[in-house]
Amino acid sequence: MTVSLPPSGAPLNHYVSTAPFDPHSVEAMTAGQAKIFQASQLRLMWWKFKKHRVALASGIFLLVLYMMIVIAEFLAPYNLHTRNMDFIHAPPQRVRLFHEGQLVGPFVYGRTMTLDMDTLRRVYADDKTNVQRLRFFCSGDPYKFWGIWEASTHLVCPAKDGEFFALGTDRLGRDVLSRIIYGARISLTIGLIGIAVSFTLGIVIGGIAGYHGGVIDLVVQRIIEVLQSIPSIPLWMALAAIMPVSWSPILVYLGITVILGLLDWTGLARAVRSKLLALREEDYVLAAQLMGAKSSRIIGRHLVPGFMSHLIASATITIPGMILGETALSFLGLGLRPPITSWGILLTEARSVSVIAFYPWLLYPMIPVILVILAFNFLGDGLRDAADPYK
Amino acid sequence: MLRYILWRIAVMVPTLLLISMLVFTIIELPPGDYFESYISELRAMGEAADMEEIEALRERYGFDQPAPIRYIQWVGGMLQGDFGYSFEYQLPVSEVVGDRMWLTVLVSFVTILVTWIIAFPIGIYSATHQYSWGDYGLTFLGLLGLAVPNFILALILMYFANIWFGTSIGHLMDQKYLNEPMSWDKAKSILEHLWIPVIIIGTAGTAGMVRRLRANLLDELQKQYVVTARAKGMSPFRALVKYPLRMSLNFFISDIGSILPQIISGAEITAIVLSLETTGPMLIKALQSQDMYLAGSFLMFLAFLTVIGVLVSDIALALLDPRIRLQGGSTK
Repeated sequence: MTVSLPPSGAPLNHYVSTAPFDPHSVEAMTAGQAKIFQASQLRLMWWKFKKHRVALASGIFLLVLYMMIVIAEFLAPYNLHTRNMDFIHAPPQRVRLFHEGQLVGPFVYGRTMTLDMDTLRRVYADDKTNVQRLRFFCSGDPYKFWGIWEASTHLVCPAKDGEFFALGTDRLGRDVLSRIIYGARISLTIGLIGIAVSFTLGIVIGGIAGYHGGVIDLVVQRIIEVLQSIPSIPLWMALAAIMPVSWSPILVYLGITVILGLLDWTGLARAVRSKLLALREEDYVLAAQLMGAKSSRIIGRHLVPGFMSHLIASATITIPGMILGETALSFLGLGLRPPITSWGILLTEARSVSVIAFYPWLLYPMIPVILVILAFNFLGDGLRDAADPYK
Repeated sequence: MLRYILWRIAVMVPTLLLISMLVFTIIELPPGDYFESYISELRAMGEAADMEEIEALRERYGFDQPAPIRYIQWVGGMLQGDFGYSFEYQLPVSEVVGDRMWLTVLVSFVTILVTWIIAFPIGIYSATHQYSWGDYGLTFLGLLGLAVPNFILALILMYFANIWFGTSIGHLMDQKYLNEPMSWDKAKSILEHLWIPVIIIGTAGTAGMVRRLRANLLDELQKQYVVTARAKGMSPFRALVKYPLRMSLNFFISDIGSILPQIISGAEITAIVLSLETTGPMLIKALQSQDMYLAGSFLMFLAFLTVIGVLVSDIALALLDPRIRLQGGSTK
């Protein structure tokens, strides 16, 4: 194609090629390269996160747990408050497969109880002739699913007229396993609600301090220092103790989440502030200011989304602190109040040495506490690494 | 140096003032005061309350005055060593508390020392033997230490002490020394009981410190001056001890600021579980019975302890590091 030049002095012809433009025509990428170079930010983070095996496993573990609490009523063999007056402080029953060398399928032996007149303790013994096969997808204690629908189906229940306490019973004959499953509902959600409170506070306060700087920044810095220098558990205890006794358990639950969130935002606010102090000098902020954007819009629309992934990662690391805070408060008797049941409430049963010595299975609720905290720690580590996929 | 210390103390004052305002707000938050619940309790038991005595107490502690004046009286009283009146024990707070505060200081101080003694070698080992089996094992142990909360660790230790030794752990001294003045026997008894709470409280702090020390030292070890020193033929041990270790020592001391609140928190809750004779059990009792002056002075004391601890670590840091001393700025 030859284009003749116009005579000198005359204007050049206007020319636009209509052929489709392909920026990669010069250096064609292989399919593998294209996949990496054109991947979205989120996809890159996911790839990086997947490499951290432990974090991935923890994430899946937590996901399963959170799905379990949705169907807690179905998973628990008994209801939260079902009392078995014949089986008070019964030790855990072992699930067996073979009876006298024959495969029976999962079953437990029945129990006989005698009262030891010397120590006044109930002594339970396996009755080897009484084979109680477990039933699956069976009808047991009736419950209201999510408090709405009547139902009575359970994943596993004891044989008819039998009993099945995989983790033993407490002083009212309530099944510890069922109570742990129901308790997960409260213990796992309290961290999420608390983090929502502290996340909002952290972004708003840290954002204002970092963006405006000056006196506001100074005041906020001071407040953060003060809050961080007070030991958190005594302060939580004090705030929890002043909640009126007349409050309903639901209100107390909300109160505890707010207290946990109110004292936890300082770390996030610090992170937001230091990040904003650097970012507010960027040209795109100036451009937004010149176009007349309000500071709330600049912070919320232009600045914070830029490091949201970091914030989410650091928030994940603070969730275990909240779960622990609630567990500790409830354990001390200052947190949640029955009938709301959390793992901390379950652990209050095991407060004295004599209980621990005689009924050690009441300590079982601490296993999920430790596992969940470990999992959140690993998940947070993985997320933090993945938050910056270019590194 | 003196200027730095003075400046650092001057900065402490507004912090303490803000803390005292916060604590006072918390004391004031519950509706009604102790006397109202006290009177209604007496009425419920069918006894008549001695209104005159109560009115006298009310007046003495200024309950008829507005909040700001009461705050000033409270702070002023504390400065003169009058911490208010414990309504439950019907004694001035300073008499109720006895040596509990000193025992809290003792437990926290020993815990920090033990944390340092354990964390220092482990941190160095982990950093110099990165990705070895020892490093992995210690890292895992550390993670476990971080994840197991104090009170659960206390419960576990109680359980195993009962199984293995058949004794119950708990308390900070033999009960016969409880209200006796300090003597050699009492001190010995305290030392014998001290190690269990120290282990329980120190675990989380130690684990965190090992983790941070390891990361810090690893950064330092990768710097060029270490490479140069090694290239010039300095032995690995000297190349570690002479410079990088000194650098991370700084961090080691300033890290106290971040683990001290944690240790004091842990000390409180562990004290409640093990019923130690420190501030913990009394604080929770005071909070439950809304004996707010007692609870308030405990809170104030714990916060004060933290602030002082951070102050001491900052001064130590300035002594160690001329850069901080000369700039006179904050350490963070």
